[in-house]
Amino acid sequence: MTQLVLFNIFNGLIIGAFYALMALGLSLILNLSGVINFAHGGFLAIGGYLAFTLMPYVGFWGALLVSPFLVALIGIAVERVLIRRLYGRDPLYGLLLTFGLAFIIEDGTRFIWGAQSLPYQIPAWLNSPLSSEFFFLTGYRVFMVVLVAVAVLVLFLILNRTRLGLRIRAGTLDLETVSVLGVNVRVLRNLNFGLGIYLAGLAGVLAVGMLGLHPNIGDNLIMPSFIAIIVGGLGSLPGTLLGGLLIGVASGVTSVFFPSASEAVIYVMMAAVLIVRPRGLLGEEGRF
Amino acid sequence: MDRLNARAGDIAVWLLLLTAPFWLPRVGSYVELGTHVVIIALAAMALNVLLGYTGVLSFGHAAYFGLGAYGTALTIKYIYPSTPLALLAGIAIGTIAAAAIGPLIARLRGVYFAMCTIAFGQVFYYIAFQWSSVTGGDDGLTAWHRMPIDLGFAELDILNDNKAFYYAALAVFAACTAAMAFLLRSPFGRTLLAIRENERRARFLGIPVDRHIWMSWVISCFFVSVAGGLFALLNDFVDPRALRWDQSGEFVIMAVLGGMRSFWGPLIGAAVFVVLQDYLSSATENWMSFIGLVFVLVVLFFPRGVLGLIRRRLAS
Repeated sequence: MTQLVLFNIFNGLIIGAFYALMALGLSLILNLSGVINFAHGGFLAIGGYLAFTLMPYVGFWGALLVSPFLVALIGIAVERVLIRRLYGRDPLYGLLLTFGLAFIIEDGTRFIWGAQSLPYQIPAWLNSPLSSEFFFLTGYRVFMVVLVAVAVLVLFLILNRTRLGLRIRAGTLDLETVSVLGVNVRVLRNLNFGLGIYLAGLAGVLAVGMLGLHPNIGDNLIMPSFIAIIVGGLGSLPGTLLGGLLIGVASGVTSVFFPSASEAVIYVMMAAVLIVRPRGLLGEEGRF
Repeated sequence: MDRLNARAGDIAVWLLLLTAPFWLPRVGSYVELGTHVVIIALAAMALNVLLGYTGVLSFGHAAYFGLGAYGTALTIKYIYPSTPLALLAGIAIGTIAAAAIGPLIARLRGVYFAMCTIAFGQVFYYIAFQWSSVTGGDDGLTAWHRMPIDLGFAELDILNDNKAFYYAALAVFAACTAAMAFLLRSPFGRTLLAIRENERRARFLGIPVDRHIWMSWVISCFFVSVAGGLFALLNDFVDPRALRWDQSGEFVIMAVLGGMRSFWGPLIGAAVFVVLQDYLSSATENWMSFIGLVFVLVVLFFPRGVLGLIRRRLAS
């Protein structure tokens, strides 16, 4: 029983790490650009598929390194051509445009790579259990959690220790003032969008190692990412991280006792947060 | 002049709708497509009570559309085979769910409101998807069909006569749009407009804004569940896609495409969208890309919609 509980907590932690990685990217973009990026799941899928295509040439590690960067470049291009036109307009238009984009990306991946799921090979040594007692601790799972932790750490270092990060944080609070102080806000939002999409791409490469490739792989991850943001509090990146991990673990633990409620529990958590604390756990009062 | 134009517009809309079963086959279409348009238009117009007239962005209306559909279908299949009764049950289920969720989101605004409506909408999708012993899960709810309506003096065979079903649906549509027009013209409707235009000022005038948004939300979801029930009857089938977030997005794009600042706008948007979808899904395998492209193009070049554009032309 303890093993089962441990297994599910750990599983929840992995899933929560995914949600957090997705949600952090969404949150970055939402905070600075005011756009809910519905196409985030699409970018995640592109990350996975690009890694699949690149792997024969650059290997598992190469794909892990290169694919998210390529996705980020696509993201930067998309921001330049499309997303940029949405700034300052009703959030309705941002939702609709990225919604259409999500359709196009899903259909595009299906067109290029086919509608069937594809297997994604991870190195055999990564896939074997680490200990015979805790059979569920395969190397890949531990590896994923570690990698997500490192990515989140690096992200927070960038935000707190570099000039770009300082500007992103300042822009979240008051973009106009940042602009007046001589920062090129267009470039800032562009890079920030790229950063957010990079996280989606990274989540994609990691996800396909566990779930396999499928054109709508992002679909099941995007809704929990929204909830992670709502639970954690809009406008707060640590909140988003906390929200993602919380709902992941909660659904993991629930699946031990009521397997069919493991999806429902995250919505219950969202409802509870909205009743008790509508701004979210770490959200600022009055921002939204 | 403006009022005259509006009156002429109303007459034109009703003339087109009333004669649709006769001219649709002549232009190479079919009656069921007309019924489809009327039903989806009702959903888009219902959404527009919230979106265009209250200025609140809901991206989760498919949930209540789907609940109306499932409520109707489940009633006919398991409880009692009567079309009007089933429709009422579907409407009740959709409206009660909306009324219960309303207080949680009525305090929120803008992007936050949109995100929460999307997320709550997904709850019902998962329920319909996973509770397959009752709902049929991913395969949808089959093995039931709409029942002829007994009017007392005559029987309306909506099951086999597609024109009869069209007119039955149009009658419901007419009742609903009349009710919506009445509500929007009433002091209550004006209050919603005031909230849309300047929420802070409305608050200072002593209007309980959150309660009005909740009411507008429930009213909007009520009419959307009527449309959902009719939709189930039209297809004699429901599946979880009726509840999914793509369906919500489609309602929003229809309202925007037609013009969300006008009463009939969503009807035009729905007609264009449904006909386009019908054509594309039979013409190409990649219809999803084209639908996505419609979304992108509307946002970039057509944000005021068809009627907004016409109105601007007339004004200049």
